[in-house]
Amino acid sequence: MTQFLQFLGRTTRTGFTKLGRGTFFLLHTLGGIGSILPRPRLILNQMYAVGVLSFLIITISGLFVGMVLGLQGFYILSDFGAEETLGLMVAASLVRELGPVVTALLFAGRAGSALTAEIGLMKATEQLSGMEMMAVDPIKRIISPRFLAGLLSMPLLAALFSMIGILGGHMVGVGLLGVDEGSYWSQMQAGIDFQDDIVNGVIKSIVFGFVATWIALFEGYDTIPTSEGVSRATTRTVVNSAFSILGLDFILTALMFGD
Amino acid sequence: MQHTSTQDTLVGLFVAAGIVGLLFLALQVSNLSTFIEEDTYTVAARFENSGGLKVKSPVSVAGVKIGQVKAISFDPTTYESVVEMHINAKYNTLPDDTSASIFTAGLLGEQYVNLVPGGSEEYLKEGSTIEITQSAIILEKVIGQFLFKSAEEKAETKK
Repeated sequence: MTQFLQFLGRTTRTGFTKLGRGTFFLLHTLGGIGSILPRPRLILNQMYAVGVLSFLIITISGLFVGMVLGLQGFYILSDFGAEETLGLMVAASLVRELGPVVTALLFAGRAGSALTAEIGLMKATEQLSGMEMMAVDPIKRIISPRFLAGLLSMPLLAALFSMIGILGGHMVGVGLLGVDEGSYWSQMQAGIDFQDDIVNGVIKSIVFGFVATWIALFEGYDTIPTSEGVSRATTRTVVNSAFSILGLDFILTALMFGD
Repeated sequence: MQHTSTQDTLVGLFVAAGIVGLLFLALQVSNLSTFIEEDTYTVAARFENSGGLKVKSPVSVAGVKIGQVKAISFDPTTYESVVEMHINAKYNTLPDDTSASIFTAGLLGEQYVNLVPGGSEEYLKEGSTIEITQSAIILEKVIGQFLFKSAEEKAETKK
């Protein structure tokens, strides 16, 4: 019994200290953004690593998700003779949910894990301490540009995902299954509201980008500097990002679409 | 970094593609393009019951959308529902004895306001009120009436 209580206490305490360290880390990172802005080259290089290299997986996944939505939606909607609303169904599910969420999950897997491994290895090989010795703040020099790059890339990637998905749904629905081209777009435009759907979807993707990048960077920075520690940190990044993204998605959806 | 200039180009392409995606969502997917407010004038109509009509429901004449519902409120003195509509200023030749009714698009579709032009020489203008209205059809009420009627008929044939 006492052992269980000890275990509970220890987990709570380590959990809270980690949360505290994470928050200080975040504040430090945000503080570093100001001094990084005059050096866009640093951000540009990270945009390449975080954004451009995730481009392919995002577009291909978006295409297939949209195609599957078109196919499944058509089968169900045709039971009710409502194939014309296929465009609305595909666009609403992509813009509101699948776009931001699936992009964020892929982003955490593709870019987040790479960030953790990179920073974890920098720590393990004492590059970060080396920088501190040279009076260079590693958070400002290493972390802040990566954070900013993730924050900027995520909404762009999510928008791309939604766009490609809608075009994929169009390809299957209009091209293969013979839904009317005009009603595909007009039902979509009639049903999707700019403020309620598009802007909220973009806000979601920004929040997910913030959280996924923060977790990835913090896990890398907080890693135990051994090869096992780095591998564990990478795993934790993917797992924790997925949990936070899906949990936050529920909260954001409840807040945004609750009416 | 070795290939900085190719990297720059790729990042530029990526950002451009992302912005194209956002624009596509805003202009092609959402109602923003129909939302770019043209000149409108406001007309009100009083209904006994406005049913499931909502703000942003379409207002149409002869099946063509000419405006949208802007506000729905309850008038506590006459116990009526006051529906304010914004109608595109292009269509400023609606007679002032136009009648308004609330229809449903399809069996389960959304409700919309249908205007049927009358024969008056005067036109509706900013702030006018449509006098002739027909309430929304409440499905339950219609079914109730139907059941009542068929029961009555049965009773009569038994006599």
